[in-house]
Amino acid sequence: MTPQSVPETANPGAPHLASEMWVATELPRTPEARRLFWLIRREFWENRSLYIAPLAVAALIVLGFLYSAIRIPADNVFLTTTTVVNGTVTRAQHGIDPIQIYDLAATLIMTSTFFVAIFYCLDALYSERRDRSILFWKSLPLSDLTTVLSKATIPLILLPLLTWVITVVTQTLMLLINLAVFHARGMDTTALHTNLPLAQNSLLLLYHLVAIDALWYAPIWAWLLLISAWARRTPLLWAILPPFALTILEAITLHTSYVSRFLTYRLHGPAGMDFRTLHGPEGVGVMSMSPHFQITPAQFLATPGLWIGLALAAIFLAAAIQLRRYRNPL
Amino acid sequence: MTTIQARGLHKSYGSSVALDSIDLNVEEGRILGLIGPNGAGKTTLLNAILGLTSYKGSLTVLGRNPWTQRDDLMNDVAFVADVAVLPRWMRVADALDFVAGVHPRFNRAKAEAFLARTTIKRTSKVRELSKGMVAQLHLALVMSIDARLLVLDEPTLGLDILFRKQFYDSLLNDYFDHHRTILVTTHQIDEIQDILTDLLFIDRGNLVFGCSMEDFDTRYLELMVNPGQLPSAQALKPIRARQIFGRTILLYDRVPREQLLPLGDVRTPSIADVFVAFVGDPNQPPPFSPTPSAPVPSSTTGAAQ
Repeated sequence: MTPQSVPETANPGAPHLASEMWVATELPRTPEARRLFWLIRREFWENRSLYIAPLAVAALIVLGFLYSAIRIPADNVFLTTTTVVNGTVTRAQHGIDPIQIYDLAATLIMTSTFFVAIFYCLDALYSERRDRSILFWKSLPLSDLTTVLSKATIPLILLPLLTWVITVVTQTLMLLINLAVFHARGMDTTALHTNLPLAQNSLLLLYHLVAIDALWYAPIWAWLLLISAWARRTPLLWAILPPFALTILEAITLHTSYVSRFLTYRLHGPAGMDFRTLHGPEGVGVMSMSPHFQITPAQFLATPGLWIGLALAAIFLAAAIQLRRYRNPL
Repeated sequence: MTTIQARGLHKSYGSSVALDSIDLNVEEGRILGLIGPNGAGKTTLLNAILGLTSYKGSLTVLGRNPWTQRDDLMNDVAFVADVAVLPRWMRVADALDFVAGVHPRFNRAKAEAFLARTTIKRTSKVRELSKGMVAQLHLALVMSIDARLLVLDEPTLGLDILFRKQFYDSLLNDYFDHHRTILVTTHQIDEIQDILTDLLFIDRGNLVFGCSMEDFDTRYLELMVNPGQLPSAQALKPIRARQIFGRTILLYDRVPREQLLPLGDVRTPSIADVFVAFVGDPNQPPPFSPTPSAPVPSSTTGAAQ
């Protein structure tokens, strides 16, 4: 650093010293962002399944894909190719649309991180009480607010991003395998280029992860964190049973189904983004982005359910922060 | 500078009273031993001081309300609540990195120096360490924090006598100075007798005895009465009598040694002897001795909850 770049410092001859002196006088404060960074890092130390599970799924997909790509004989590659004859599109050859395999890969990775997030949230504020390590964390200058927020960051921000990165890398590897095999067999790779809008799909996936997995599901993650801060045992049961019991109670006593509709709506996502529809090759039910999935941010942001959900999430998180303050080790 | 000040500190869980009414003053630079039987309220008192539990009455720790200003307070306070609370999945090196990352008063070089004297490997996880090693690691972390108040709740529970001695020596030689305050509870009373500056007995939610160790050493004497001189010994108003091998042992408060010498063998009692005198018999109201505290202010305001 040159003195000229910091003309305001009291001692321009040694600007690096100025910052050290500032730290010395302001000693009792560590910037909150720095604490948050270490707390998040801590979560990845403790919960290695956060990245190991999706990476393992991705590795299996790539290996399985490599195996099938090498093994299937060249004349048996079923690709749906389209031919344009006199302005009308005709399907020349019917087979597996390659994009389906790529979508399936994305779906599997998303599903794995979805379940990882569920179990992560249920454990996040429960295991520290069970093993009494909460007393160690509370002996450090870390507020309940920062701690709970660091844990909420995982399902709300970091897991969606991680899912996206792993999916994009996986799909890129799959494409490279495809291209290599096609080249080796002297096949035309045009079909791959025209039928695989991967760049476009990855943007779609990112939008989906942000809109659904992060924002739309925010109250679910916050609810799980709240239960994890509250439960004395079996947080999984406590998280599932009350909504389930309410649904049944409502059906029996009032013969209505508002609760179950509310829950289904929350799980399925708003109209136009309903992606937990059953579809897939050979009618296999998979959780996937439906073909009807639309990127309509304006419509999404105008959905009252989104804001109701975010408000609920804020309430649940605030309650979890308060609970962590009062709760003693189990 | 007063480190801890409590007035009418009260805490109950439902109908059971954990702390009845505690008045307490702890000055800077003291090493205070808090002694009491199980369930006497020791841990509740420590939890209140550490902001881990709400309470009624007034409590100030380092000038702050520990319940409402806990986040700020924890910059200046360190504690070992239990030796087994280090997260078992954590690596030793990660633990050092983490505390160095979040604690402004953590001296990493000091912690490394403490660990260098042990056989703890940096790459080990806490779950791979023996119980003694976990305690060593935890104490190395805590003693490298430049805290103004250190609270130790049974810090040496389950550790062998060699390690316990080593720990208290290290606490006194490497850690303590006159700007710090240490508050320690233990059942192994006699081991900390030499390091304490002050002594406090707690029983059934009340502080029943408190004095400085200088006072303690001059005030209390134990007399093994010669046969036949029991009546004259009783006349000096002992605060407790017990029988060993058919002989009576009497404990005196503020009775000059010269008066006792003709009556039998005189010795300085241990903390445990005096503790038994004050807390020992649950059916007897304990003889009262004033706590080292300032006058109680007329109005005390409740903290949170």
